Amino acid sequence: MRKKLWIWQLVLLVAIFAFWHVATHPELIPPFVWDNPNRAAFFFGEPVKIFKVIVEWFAGGEIYPHLWVTLQETALAFVIGSVLGLAIGLWLGLTPFASALLDPYIKAMNAMPRVVLAPIFMVWFGLGIWSKVALGVTLVFFIVFFNVYQGVKEVSPVVLNNATMLGATRRQLLRYVYLPSATSWVFSSLHTSVGMAFVGAVVGEYLGSAKGVGYLIHMAEGSFDINTVFAGILVLTIFALVLDFAVSAAEKRLLVWRPTQGETEQAL
Amino acid sequence: MTASVSLEKITCTFASKSGEGSYTAVRDVDLAIADGEFVSVVGPTGCGKSTLLNVAAGLLRPSSGSVKIHGEPLAGINRRAGYMFQSEALLPWRSALGNVVTGLEFRGEDAGAAREKGEAWLERVGLAGFGDRYPHQLSGGMRKRVSLAQMLILDPQILLMDEPFSALDVQTRQLMENELLELWSANRKSVIFITHDLEEAISLSDRVVVLSAGPATRPIGEYVIDLPRPRDVSEIRLTPRFIELHDRIWHAMKDEVLKGYAQTRNRTTS
Ligand SMILES: Nc1ncnc2c1ncn2[C@@H]1O[C@H](COP(=O)(O)OP(=O)(O)OP(=O)(O)O)[C@@H](O)[C@H]1O
Ligand SMILES: [Mg+2]
Repeated sequence: MRKKLWIWQLVLLVAIFAFWHVATHPELIPPFVWDNPNRAAFFFGEPVKIFKVIVEWFAGGEIYPHLWVTLQETALAFVIGSVLGLAIGLWLGLTPFASALLDPYIKAMNAMPRVVLAPIFMVWFGLGIWSKVALGVTLVFFIVFFNVYQGVKEVSPVVLNNATMLGATRRQLLRYVYLPSATSWVFSSLHTSVGMAFVGAVVGEYLGSAKGVGYLIHMAEGSFDINTVFAGILVLTIFALVLDFAVSAAEKRLLVWRPTQGETEQAL
Repeated sequence: MTASVSLEKITCTFASKSGEGSYTAVRDVDLAIADGEFVSVVGPTGCGKSTLLNVAAGLLRPSSGSVKIHGEPLAGINRRAGYMFQSEALLPWRSALGNVVTGLEFRGEDAGAAREKGEAWLERVGLAGFGDRYPHQLSGGMRKRVSLAQMLILDPQILLMDEPFSALDVQTRQLMENELLELWSANRKSVIFITHDLEEAISLSDRVVVLSAGPATRPIGEYVIDLPRPRDVSEIRLTPRFIELHDRIWHAMKDEVLKGYAQTRNRTTS
């Protein structure tokens, strides 16, 4: 069943590209929307040419520095945002006064569309990677923060009492009970926060930079090179999929203690 | 001689969530456990047994009354006591072995030595080879046994046990009971043992305390169990003296159990 599904997914992918090719390639079929046979290709690109661009990028090695920059920005934004979110989430979760005091400010900052901060970050941190990292951090931080805050509030009181009776000091409670509980919540939001770090990096590059896949797309748009734009988008999508895959693998290793449904082995 | 644990005129009143009204779970409870004594507390469900144990552990401050440990008033957590909780209390993110050695780690003991000790304890509770399982991969009874090892590895002077074996099947339960008795007689700890099961209470204890039904629970009877030691919990149940004690205590309890059941029902339905 699993294997079959995989085959069907591949068939669907091929079908999509086949349709794309047939619908956009000039004079392959009679034009049905626009009179000019080249119009469709102008708007939607041509899969064959797109793949050519991608192959050239990888074969010529031109893409690697850009991918590397995007990856760096994503990873830095994720790590810094998570650590900040974890630290501040733990702190506010454990100090009711501070959390009551800061509550409206946090809500306001979370409600603000943070993409508009990108130009400010460019002024502050320049056109290098740090302005993109900063944008990613603002996106990642709130996801992690809210999860950790919730995680701290929902630590089982019996587990806390048990650790206390086993002789835990306040510090040890933090390290042995609150932190693992909070990190498990961080991991449960891992997919979203890695995704957000990526969004921050690419949007930042798109808005102004000299490197990165977002920058490639921006440059191609400037010259109406639609095939290159689509090639960039495809590369980004595959990149995101690989990231997501890595996250799933990490999750599996780090959350072994978590009960999941149906862990029995099935005879095939 | 000063008692190991003594609860003096303990009253616990819980404010209800809605703000108005309050519920007095226990009132004016006096209970003293001598050094090295094994005392069981029985009483109808919801009468306040866990509440009393939390007070003795220092986890719950009574509304009035005082707790003395070896004659000294208890302030904060009772550091001499080990507590085995009624509900799940293991750290879900630590393996069975990790859970057992948690207390040793808190004390800052050497990791290698702690590990060795932990393995030995797992073996003692019949879980050798299960050290790397996480709590969710263990059965309810296995988790209870990990909890037992987790508490006993620290060698506390006072054991507070809240229905520790109620999740176990009869055979395992009797094995654990015998194991507990053996450990206890090796170096006499003071034990407060809470249970629903009168037979378990009699077969383990030096003394059985019967609590009335709530609200305002208090002890209504104390019975010295003069059965000889060492005991085997399954054999002792067949002796005439056991049956006689059981009859006496059960008669005293029956009315309270019925009352407690009716009251719990009224509280939930009204
Ligand atoms: N934090 C609390 N807030 C309000 N009421 C409480 C609280 N804790 C306990 N109670 C009430 O106090 C009473 C005694 O509770 P307790 O848990 O001590 O009962 P118990 O004797 O241990 O029962 P069981 O044998 O079922 O475990 C119950 O009626 C319960 O509803
Ligand atoms: Mg209870």
